[in-house]
Amino acid sequence: MKKLIGFLGAAACVGTMQTASAGDITGKITLKGTPPPAPEMPLKADPFCGKIKEVAAAPGNPRMPFYVVDKSGGLADVFIYIKEGAKAAAPPAQPVVIDQVQCQYTPYVVGLQAKQKILVKNSDPLMHNVHPQPTVAGNKEANKAQPANAGPLEFVFDNPEVFLRFRCDVHPWMFSYVGVVDHPYFAVSGKDGAFKISNVPPGDYVIEAVHRKTHPNGKGITQKIKVGADGAKADFTVELPAQ
Amino acid sequence: MTRSNHSLWLNRFAVFTALATLILIGIGGLVTSHEAGLSVPDWPTTYGYNMFLFPPSYWMGGILYEHTHRLFASFVGLLTTILAVWLWIKEPRRWVQWLGVAAFFGVVLQGVLGGLRVTLLQNSLGFVHATAAQLFLLLVGIIALVTSASWSKIAANETWSLVPKGLRYLLLSATSLVFLQLILGAVMRHQHAGLAVPDFPLAYGQLWPPTDAAFLDSVNARRMDVFDPNPITAFQIVLHMMHRLGALATLLAVGAGAWISRSRLGNRAPLTKATLAWFCLIMLQAALGAATVLSRKAADVATVHVIAGAASLLVGGLLCFIVLRFSFAPSKAEKAPGHSGATRLPAPQTETALTTG
Repeated sequence: MKKLIGFLGAAACVGTMQTASAGDITGKITLKGTPPPAPEMPLKADPFCGKIKEVAAAPGNPRMPFYVVDKSGGLADVFIYIKEGAKAAAPPAQPVVIDQVQCQYTPYVVGLQAKQKILVKNSDPLMHNVHPQPTVAGNKEANKAQPANAGPLEFVFDNPEVFLRFRCDVHPWMFSYVGVVDHPYFAVSGKDGAFKISNVPPGDYVIEAVHRKTHPNGKGITQKIKVGADGAKADFTVELPAQ
Repeated sequence: MTRSNHSLWLNRFAVFTALATLILIGIGGLVTSHEAGLSVPDWPTTYGYNMFLFPPSYWMGGILYEHTHRLFASFVGLLTTILAVWLWIKEPRRWVQWLGVAAFFGVVLQGVLGGLRVTLLQNSLGFVHATAAQLFLLLVGIIALVTSASWSKIAANETWSLVPKGLRYLLLSATSLVFLQLILGAVMRHQHAGLAVPDFPLAYGQLWPPTDAAFLDSVNARRMDVFDPNPITAFQIVLHMMHRLGALATLLAVGAGAWISRSRLGNRAPLTKATLAWFCLIMLQAALGAATVLSRKAADVATVHVIAGAASLLVGGLLCFIVLRFSFAPSKAEKAPGHSGATRLPAPQTETALTTG
C-alpha cells in the first residue's frame, strides 16, 4: 500500500512539474485593410426564422460574420494552432458544442481535436438540417435533419482539417467553420483579436493563424516560436490582399 | 373517338408533358440557385415522410424548392408513363412507340439520378442530373413533334431536300454547341462556387482575367456572398470564360445558319423561319446570361437563363431531327435543274400516311 501511495505521489509530482513548466502562447490577430461590407442574413424575410421572437424584435438583420473586427483592428474568428512540433494526443472526452440559435450557427468558428465529439444542438423552434462538408479524405460528409426540440446530433472527424464547414441547406446563410487538429494546442481569436493557447510544453514550434476569408484554402500565416516556462507571445497581422 | 381526334389528344398530351418538363427544369434551376439541393437529406422519403404526405408546415426555406421539385418531378414521371402507355397502345409507328418507352426509362433514370445526388452527396451527379434533364426534354419534344399534325406537313414540304449539306452540318454543330454550353453551365452551377467572374462584358475589368494564386486570394477574400460559396479557383474562371466564348460561338453559328438558310432556301422556307426564331432565342439567352452576371446571379434571372437554355436545345434539337430525317428523302425538288444534290439515302417510311392514318 505504501508503495502504491508512493508511486501515485511521484506520478502526481511529475504531472505537476509538467503543468508548471508548460506555458501559454498568447497574442493578437490584427487585420490590415478594410474589407467590403458584409451582406445581411435574410432572417426577417424568411417566413419561419423571421417569426422567432428575438429576430422579429431586432431592428435589422445581422450581417454575415465574414470579418469581425474591433476598433483596434483586432480580428475575431481566426483559428490559431501549432502546425509543427506538437505531438498528437488522445481527444478529450468532453464534446465541442455547436448550437443553432436564431437561424445562425454559434460559434461561427470553433476548434477541436480529431476524433473528439461534436454535438450540434438546435435551440430554434424550427427545423434545420446539419450538413458537415469535409474535403479531407477519411472525414465523412453527412446530412441530417434536426427538427425543433430534437436532441443533439453527434459527429466525429478522424483527420485534421482546417476548415471543415458545417452548413444548413434549409437556411443557406448558416455556416460554422471547424478547425480540426490532432493535438490540444489551438485557439480561436476573440472579438478583440486576442488568443491564448494554454499549457504548451516548452519547445520550438511553428504556429499558424488561419482566417476563413483571407485564407480560403486553409493555408494561413505561419510563425516560428520558442515556448519557454513562461510561455511565448506571437502576434499576427492578417493582410487583406490588394485588389 | 375518331382516329384523328385521338391523335389530336395524344399530341396535346405530349406537348403538355414537354411543357411540364420545361417547367420542371426551371424548378430544378431554382433549387440550385437557392443552394437548396440538399435541404431534404433523405430520398425517396422527405424527412422520413412519404413525400406526398410531407406536411406543408415543414415546407420552409430551401425545403420549399427541393420538395416542390420532387413533387413536380413525380408529376412529370406520371405524365411520361401515361404518354408511353398511350403511345404503345395507340401509336401505329413502331419507332414512335419506342420513343415513348425511351422516355419512360429516361424519366425513371432521371429520378434515380436526382435521388442518388441527395443520398450519395455527390456534386458530380448534380450536373449529370441537370444535363440528362435537357436530353429528356428533347426526347419528349420529339414525341410531341412527331405526333403533331404539323409532322405530316413537314414531311410533305419539299424544301427539306434542298437543305445544303453544309447547312445540315452547321445546324448539327450549332446544336452541339448549345448542348456543350448547357453542360458547361451545369458544371458551373453544381460546383457551388457562385459567380466566378462578376462583371460583364469585361472579366475583372480585362478581356481575359488573371488566374494566379495572388489574384484568386484577393478575389476570394473580398467575396461577400450570403451563400458563402466555395472559393473560386482558376479552373472555375476558365470555365466561366469558356462559357462566354461558347455563347459567342453559338450565336455566330445559329446566326450563320439562319443567314445561309435564307439565302439558299428563301424567306418563306420553314427552315429559314425556324432558324430565325432560334437565332432570336439564342440572342435572348445571351442577354439572360449577361443579366445573370450583372444581377450577381439573382435566382430568378439565373433560372430563366436555365429555362431559355433548355428551350434553345429543344429548338435546335428538333430542327436537326427534322433536317436529318427529311433532307435525305427523295422529292421533286431533287430533280430540279441546278440542284447540287447531296448523297441520297433510302426514303424513310411515309410519314403522312402513318400520321393521318
